[in-house]
Amino acid sequence: MEKRVVFRSAWLPYALVAPQIAITLVFFFWPAAQAVWYSFQMQDAFGLKTQFVGLANYAALFKDGNYLASFKVTAQFSVLVAFSGIAISLLFATMADRVLRGAMAYKTLLIWPYAVAPAIAGVLWAFLFAPSIGIVTYVIKGWGINWNWILDGDQAMLLIVVASVWKQISYNFLFFLAGLQSIPKPLIEAAAIDGAGPMRRFWTIVFPLLSPTTFFLLVVNIVYAFFETFGVIDATTQGGPGQSTNILVYKVYHDGIKAGDLGGSSTQSVILMIIVIALTVVQFRYVEKKVQY
Amino acid sequence: MKFKILAAALAAGALCAPAHAQTEIQWWHSMGGALGEALNGVADKFNASQKDYKIVATYKGQYPESLTAAIAAFRAGNAPHLLQVFEVGTATMMAAKGAIVPVATVMANAKEPFDPKAYLPTVTGYYSDLKGNMLSFPFNSSTVMFYINKDAFKKAGLDPNKAPKTWKEVVAAAEKLKASGSACPYTTSWPSWMHIENFSAWHNVPIGTKQNGMGGFDTVFTINSPLHVRHIAMLGDMSKKGLFVYAGRTNQGDAKFSSGECAMFSGSAGAQAGIKKAATFDWSINFIPYHDDVKGAPQNSIIGGASIWVMGGKKPEEYKGVAKFMAYLSRPEVQMDWHTLTGYVPITKASYDLTRKSGFYDKNPGADMPVKELTLHEPTANSKGLRFGNFVQGRTVIEEELESVFAGKKDAKAALDEAVKRGNEILRQFEAANK
Repeated sequence: MEKRVVFRSAWLPYALVAPQIAITLVFFFWPAAQAVWYSFQMQDAFGLKTQFVGLANYAALFKDGNYLASFKVTAQFSVLVAFSGIAISLLFATMADRVLRGAMAYKTLLIWPYAVAPAIAGVLWAFLFAPSIGIVTYVIKGWGINWNWILDGDQAMLLIVVASVWKQISYNFLFFLAGLQSIPKPLIEAAAIDGAGPMRRFWTIVFPLLSPTTFFLLVVNIVYAFFETFGVIDATTQGGPGQSTNILVYKVYHDGIKAGDLGGSSTQSVILMIIVIALTVVQFRYVEKKVQY
Repeated sequence: MKFKILAAALAAGALCAPAHAQTEIQWWHSMGGALGEALNGVADKFNASQKDYKIVATYKGQYPESLTAAIAAFRAGNAPHLLQVFEVGTATMMAAKGAIVPVATVMANAKEPFDPKAYLPTVTGYYSDLKGNMLSFPFNSSTVMFYINKDAFKKAGLDPNKAPKTWKEVVAAAEKLKASGSACPYTTSWPSWMHIENFSAWHNVPIGTKQNGMGGFDTVFTINSPLHVRHIAMLGDMSKKGLFVYAGRTNQGDAKFSSGECAMFSGSAGAQAGIKKAATFDWSINFIPYHDDVKGAPQNSIIGGASIWVMGGKKPEEYKGVAKFMAYLSRPEVQMDWHTLTGYVPITKASYDLTRKSGFYDKNPGADMPVKELTLHEPTANSKGLRFGNFVQGRTVIEEELESVFAGKKDAKAALDEAVKRGNEILRQFEAANK
């Protein structure tokens, strides 16, 4: 028998979701629609002269080899952030789940970084790794590595990946911990009695049972890498050196806010929006099939 | 009873109120820290000097942020009267014809005496149209200088009183410094401003056609000339050999010099204040180096810094106050205060003379070097300044390409060709948007 709560009123359900819909309309659909509209226009910074240019902004963008290169950088960056973020927090969560003494303290400390704003996280890491004065730089230079992410693109990428992952670990950790705690203990105990070692128990029981959580986090982390890492980048590399850390969302900000090119910037946001929608659809259609609920 | 007293107090207050209220003039700026205090001092003194107008100075973040804030405010219909805009934003402001009023017009309408010739030509040239009408008021101007760490020179067996004058000498000194154990013989702040923009003016070669863009928006970049390629290739080579350590796109080089890490450094004249405070070594400020086989070099350097733009759509009474304030800012003694307090260059000849007479330069040797460098020769079409649309983006493009040379990923010719190509696309877009 299926249990279902049914609203008998015709308007009540709509009234209840109305605030949520209103917020989505005002803060998502309206600006998104505006971005689409701006992307067909060419405007000076002050908005004094506006011309409708059709798809010219899009054409210009796709002719620009650097914009296409920015896709590659973004793909690299988000894969690195999502995978290492998920892997490390899964490791931490399984560890924290096994700890008997002082578990609260570990958990609290692991959750802390989430409270730090991305820009501040960026500044913290930039200080630690600053080419002249950073403490970590001092150690790395002691190993004989020439550490200067101001000029070395790979090092710059490493820095923003580390900073972004560090910020996101807490969030992932929370979900994994909750996921782990909802796995019935008898399952694991039964496997242990059958002689399965910790590794085997993890890969054949725990990991598959965590797959809904992992899938959810994969989506969230990709979106995080695409959009929210902007603060970290602005506080550290600002897209440089060259274009080695110029991810799509940072370029949107630089062109629109700093350089006052609203048309070009809006065009990029629209493309970014399409990419994220496409990615999410792909994830739900293909990856979700492998998930066991 | 209480009400009566209150009513009486209110009535008395109303009677005491001045016949006409002070006109407030909003001024958004980007001077933080010690510079912000100096700026507030200027505003306070102006407010104290007369009763009709009140300048309200508000810090709105760094240059790009205050420009963005003002643009947003303009779109919403409440822009400030005055806005401090950095030099690379000049073309953007100039093109926004309905949003701004040229300073020359403001002064003429208010019948304030105003003589553009009283200002240093390299300063006014940057902010004037081709007919010589001043568009914005030069407020804080600096230029790029070459600093050396005298102690490091001594240690390397170099003469600390003979700073390198040419790039050949810089390379030779850098080699000796490196041999003496210096981890960073040379660094620079503001790479595009120093090594492309000022480099071109200093060697009297164009940055772009149409008088560096001053003659019209249909300009193209010319920074891939053989001389430019040769200079950037030299820097790339120095970077590879560890003679030049890249510090970043803004003023990160300043700290590398003042901490003693780097022995030679090119950066803003405004860096002096910070170096004075932090340096535990002997140093000197000098003209930027040049290539001695280039005819006409050294010419003169160009300015950086910011100017004050007058925004449009305000009341005539308010513009009168603006004109009064600009006239006040041009006074030699006000200029001298600002110059000696901040290290920015004096913008009128009279204030320069006044500062010299006051004995400031005798007590602070080198403090007049920036003015001397800016006025070394009568500026040419190549050394008056530059005006490129969307140059915030343009500079980023140049810096990205320079970084690829310094990192050894591209050779100088390929990088500068690419910078010209990408830069021109930005210029064309600006031209189209401002037709």
